[in-house]
Amino acid sequence: MRVTKDLVAASATPIVLGILVEGESYGYAILRRISDLSGGELNWTEGFLYPLLHRLEKLGHVEATWQTVPGERRRKYYHITEQGRAELAEQRRQWQTVVEALKQVWPGAGTFPLEGLA
Amino acid sequence: MTVTNGQDELEALFAQWREHVRRRPELSSSDADELEDHLRNSVDELTGVGLRPDEAFLIAVKRMGGLDDLSREFAREHSERLWKQLMFTGEAEDGAKAGRSRRDLIAMVACAAGAAISIKVPGWFGQSFDDDGNFYTTNLALFALPWLAAFLVWRRRPGPVVAGGLAALFALGAVGANIFPVDEDSQSINLIATHLPLALWLVVGVAYISDDVRSARRRMDFIRFSGEWFIYLVLIGLGGGVLIVFLTGTFKAIGLDSGDFISNWLLPCGGMAAIVVAGWLVEAKQGVIENIAPVLTRLFTPLFAVVLLAFLVAVVVNGHGIDVDRDNLVMFDLLLALVLALLLYSISARDPLAPRGTFDVLQLVLVVSALVIDALVLITMAGRIAEYGTTPNKVAAVGENILLLANLAWSAWLVLGFVRRRSTFAAIERWQTNYLPVYAVWLWAVVLILPPVFGFR
Repeated sequence: MRVTKDLVAASATPIVLGILVEGESYGYAILRRISDLSGGELNWTEGFLYPLLHRLEKLGHVEATWQTVPGERRRKYYHITEQGRAELAEQRRQWQTVVEALKQVWPGAGTFPLEGLA
Repeated sequence: MTVTNGQDELEALFAQWREHVRRRPELSSSDADELEDHLRNSVDELTGVGLRPDEAFLIAVKRMGGLDDLSREFAREHSERLWKQLMFTGEAEDGAKAGRSRRDLIAMVACAAGAAISIKVPGWFGQSFDDDGNFYTTNLALFALPWLAAFLVWRRRPGPVVAGGLAALFALGAVGANIFPVDEDSQSINLIATHLPLALWLVVGVAYISDDVRSARRRMDFIRFSGEWFIYLVLIGLGGGVLIVFLTGTFKAIGLDSGDFISNWLLPCGGMAAIVVAGWLVEAKQGVIENIAPVLTRLFTPLFAVVLLAFLVAVVVNGHGIDVDRDNLVMFDLLLALVLALLLYSISARDPLAPRGTFDVLQLVLVVSALVIDALVLITMAGRIAEYGTTPNKVAAVGENILLLANLAWSAWLVLGFVRRRSTFAAIERWQTNYLPVYAVWLWAVVLILPPVFGFR
């Protein structure tokens, strides 16, 4: 299955912010986490993730710092800001609305993923 | 291959990759660090499952996707980076570079101030613009160009021999401008006033290539530098004009006349300083923005080719020879010099490895028509000299036309060879860069030898 580009673009910000709520992280780890969360279905490229992180940083949703964790390389860590948390909450409300609507429109409502469909 | 060897090899690969990334204007050095960390994580993971370091590297790079795609995505996010960026924006993390550009800025300000003050110094010793035109007419180039050369020398740090040679050449220029008893109406003073600045500009060229005097590449760089410098100077001049308009208008509005300040200070000092500033701008922006002179060349080569061809057709149809009075002579010399400039800049802009195309044919048309026109002018001139005898002006003009004729003739031959795949583009480049000293010799001869030979007429 391939998730369409539009859907990836729309869900990117809440996914990244959601991951950063779990704790600060860096690009490579974020990509791995997304891959794990989606069972390998969401394969973001570096050309997608890093510009997105930089945009979120510019918007003030995340902050980035170069850190050296003992035993590791120097690395750019991102952590979510208060504003980012508020943004995530807002996005969550919007996504919930969408999901609720989809559940009602589609037969076999309430069963996600839609196993009963076929 | 031993394991340590593999690790060294991997580091070399990373270094190479990094250098590649840094050439992308879309990616800052912080981005490069971040992506490198990403790449290293990928490599670590792949070696962790048993791949050899070089294999892991290849796969990791491949997974990251082409740098083109990556850069495009970054460019979309950071479009401002493509517009940057002259000099005050040395990236914070790029300490060495920022320091360098700050020191350059200080050196430039010092040299520009030196040039601005230089032109006022003779005034303190009783020379003024009004009473004796001669002094400023012949010396003008000597106020600013040594400072521009000084700035370039400061950047290039040549050995004492080259630096001493430069100083000696400028001193020679000062001698040439001032020892001859030429009066205001003589042809000699005009020759000195027009040829000395060009001769001194080539001295600036020596300063420009002073870190590698023998290199043909560096000479070509100087030709590029000259075009860009000229364009910046024109732009600064336009800005200066706007400044003067507002200065005059606003001060007039409060009842003050700024005319004296403008003509005694702003114009002379600003003009001299602009010559240095323009040089610094070219140095500071190298590689950041695409050069503009070659772009203009692309636009004007076809247009000039058409004009020259039309002129030749008109000469043939009309049956009327070229009338070379003094004004026309200057115009034809300028025209031929312009054609040469178009040729030079299109050479400087051309990728030597690019395939031959229509543009190269156009260039051939341009050069050949210029060559024919030059020959026509020379024939007419020879006739006039036979009829009326020589003057310094005519000798200078004939000399210049012969120099141009020789250059254009051989250029035409080389361009033809290039278009017909008989010779390489490098040959054209080499011919032009090797020809530069010929101009220098001639220009200095006009300044130093012609006036005494003609008894300062």
